[in-house]
Amino acid sequence: MEQLLATDPFVLLKLLWWGLLGILLIGIGAMVGMDMGVGTILRYVGRSDTERRVALNVIGPHWEGNQVWFILGGGAIFAAWPLVYATAFSGFYIVMLVLLWSMIVRPLGFEYRSRLTSTRWRNVWDAMLFISGLVPMLVFGAAVGNVLQGVPFHFDWRLVSYYTGSFIALFNPFALLCGLMSVALAVYMGGTRLAGSAGDPVGARARRAAIAGGLAAIVLFTIGGIWASTIEGYRLVAAPDPALAQTPLHQTAERGGSLLGNYALHPWLWALPALAYGALILGVLANLLRRAGVAWWLGAIAWVGVIATVGAAMFPFMMPSTTDPSHSLTVWNSSSSLRTLAWMLGFTLVLMPLIVWYTAWAFWVMRGKVDTSEVESSDHAY
Amino acid sequence: MVNDLVVDLSRWQFAATALYHFLFVPLTIGLTVLLAVMETVYVTTGRVIYKQMAQFWTKLLLINFALGVATGLTMEFQFGMNWSFYSSFVGDTFGAPLAIEGLMAFFLESTFIGLMVFGWDRLTKAQHLIVTYFVAIGSNLSALWILVANSFMQHPQGASFNPVTMRMELDSFGTLFFNPDAQAKFVHTVLAGYVTAAIFVCGVSAWYMLKGRHLDFARRSFRIAAVFGVLGSAGVVTLGDALGFVGARVQPTKLVAMEALWTAEEAPMSFNVIAFPSQAEQRNTFAIQVPAVLSLLVTHSLDGTVPAADELEAAARDRIRNGIPAVQAMERLSADPHDAEALAQFNEHSRDVGYGFLVQRYAPDGDVSRVTENDIAQAGRDAIPDVWIVFWSFRVMVGFGLLMLAYTVLATLMTLSGRVERIRWFQMASVAMIAVPFLACEAGWLVAEVGRQPWSVYEILPTWLSASTHSETYMIFSLGGFVLLYTIFAVVEIFLMLYFIRKGPEDHAPEAAPSGRLAAAT
Repeated sequence: MEQLLATDPFVLLKLLWWGLLGILLIGIGAMVGMDMGVGTILRYVGRSDTERRVALNVIGPHWEGNQVWFILGGGAIFAAWPLVYATAFSGFYIVMLVLLWSMIVRPLGFEYRSRLTSTRWRNVWDAMLFISGLVPMLVFGAAVGNVLQGVPFHFDWRLVSYYTGSFIALFNPFALLCGLMSVALAVYMGGTRLAGSAGDPVGARARRAAIAGGLAAIVLFTIGGIWASTIEGYRLVAAPDPALAQTPLHQTAERGGSLLGNYALHPWLWALPALAYGALILGVLANLLRRAGVAWWLGAIAWVGVIATVGAAMFPFMMPSTTDPSHSLTVWNSSSSLRTLAWMLGFTLVLMPLIVWYTAWAFWVMRGKVDTSEVESSDHAY
Repeated sequence: MVNDLVVDLSRWQFAATALYHFLFVPLTIGLTVLLAVMETVYVTTGRVIYKQMAQFWTKLLLINFALGVATGLTMEFQFGMNWSFYSSFVGDTFGAPLAIEGLMAFFLESTFIGLMVFGWDRLTKAQHLIVTYFVAIGSNLSALWILVANSFMQHPQGASFNPVTMRMELDSFGTLFFNPDAQAKFVHTVLAGYVTAAIFVCGVSAWYMLKGRHLDFARRSFRIAAVFGVLGSAGVVTLGDALGFVGARVQPTKLVAMEALWTAEEAPMSFNVIAFPSQAEQRNTFAIQVPAVLSLLVTHSLDGTVPAADELEAAARDRIRNGIPAVQAMERLSADPHDAEALAQFNEHSRDVGYGFLVQRYAPDGDVSRVTENDIAQAGRDAIPDVWIVFWSFRVMVGFGLLMLAYTVLATLMTLSGRVERIRWFQMASVAMIAVPFLACEAGWLVAEVGRQPWSVYEILPTWLSASTHSETYMIFSLGGFVLLYTIFAVVEIFLMLYFIRKGPEDHAPEAAPSGRLAAAT
């Protein structure tokens, strides 16, 4: 692989965009996941309406910006990995519907909940915020879990894709485990955020939730790892040169070996799950020591470790097919053209630093703790 | 092979979600700019009433924005979910502007809208104003990139078919971006948003005048919005004309549908003011015509002509015949990308590969070598979009567009001469006008997108082939779910909007003393 990297720009761009896809998924996990974690634990951390409003106002100024990670994720997969976007989004149809339907009530939950004072109105929106926090993260993880195992699809000669599984099959036990893992990390991130920025008692309860989420993530990650070692992997038998433009119609792939085959081949890859473990353990400790800022960044690093662990296990596969392994989508056969990848990289390199900079500024402007008195006195508050 | 019901349901679902999304987007685009104007006045004059205005209209913006965001998510995901072949076939080109929209525009708008709402006490006046500007710039840039993407569907340029990867691939980013359709459509659509917001603000302000409430607030809001609206509507009409001019050249089938133009005519061509088009009989069962006006409108000259439906169908049949060998060559290339003979055959006919796909819908088992003359004739008729919908949507759009131009001119004259506060019928008319821009925007979407049929990418990819291969059950379930959810959301949204309009702005500053008759009324 090293020699390929040095020689061909198309190979380099495919690998870069594979990495950027990972960064996007990490962005979704850390930023959107954080806000969804707050939605999930809203009724636990906030016993009274005012306490719940404290929690909502911590993330209130930022949830819209954070949610763009999700939207950008969709757009970037479309632009850089069109075949993955087309095959996964249509194949996972009912699951994507569940994701969309739960996600589209979220902006309304934030914007509409505190506009009226009726208790019943607010309770309904609290339920919506809970659903729109829990369900999308469950689906996010479950989608990764399904991709890890492979998905039943094939193409016709035009590359029209056909998904041949049932939607119930998408909620298989391993996928659900991955979904719960993602929820646990979201609760960790959301809890940690509130622990740092919400006044007590909301902050104290959130800290307990974060610790529970972190511990659950450690357990689920361990079970997932052991389980994955029993799952069959995929390998390429013959495929066109990675430097060439190609479709999945001209490769031969088969099932075989273990999903963790890449780890056996390159033992240094174990550093990636180790990173996830290390970050989660330290993150739980940091929360115990009431260092929420440090704990949040450790959570983000845990997301890096988890996503990288998955990516390394699958490489070069992106979405293997169970019914026709030769039609599997790989890093080499499902990207956009060299020109599109290059243009998109240019835009990303210019705009991403700006996004990070003004997002950081927005958080800095809104720094400090939110407590009940502030929520009750401000007429801008959620 | 192809399930027509699934394709139709997929189209219904897309139309429902897009039309719904497009109820909220124009108001957001326009209101963010209008807020920037109001806040600029506040910062430069220091008068608190303008801050109060900015804050009140922001509240309504947020109620609207939430649904725009929620439905925008559906729009983006729906390409992959319901139009998977479309997505893989043109994602290389079409996906890029969508992703750039996220990077350049939506991040900007969404990050700063949080600060715009929560930042009043934490930012200096100047900082807050800049934040508001960024929100407005973000929402407008968003429209720019979305319309660049849409223009690729309307008038594909900057990409070509790659027989190895069997999809459209980007040739030139500059050509994709500088699509003449995109330029005219961006300004037309964004200005339509400004007019929508202007008429919305005028209408709500007029309602306060009718009720004799918040008079100073209403008078000032009305004035800013009316001037803003008159500039916007003049531009919308001008650019609408430019779009028609571009469209006549790049999308003749849409023009035929817009004008119910069935049979060829000599110059100067007459214009159907009103027509009852019949697609089955390929003629208008009734029409009121004005001589020579069509030539003037679409070619800006008296001796210009545009092709009619019968000519376009004949041309389509020729292109279908030429496209069949292209599809056959493509199938061989799919099996063996190195088949030189197939590549030569493909290159010879590649211009019409889209037309080959158009007739493949009727080919037994998708085998285009087995299509009959009958199938070709049928596919040729498909090349003309549904004339009835496009013709009448176009007239609704244009009629409302001119009405809005007249209204905003009148509103500006009335507010500048200080008469709006006194003339009750005009206040009532202003309230009634609120519905008009929304209807015009929806009609505009129908003209643009129904008029593009039967293509998802004009003359390159037919809509029937673009759809995902879902079951009918899935599609009925998802369409039903969307309609149900969206109906509930619409009810909640309108309820909240009305609630906050009724509640009115919080009067931080004492109102200017009402005078004369109005003082007695309050």
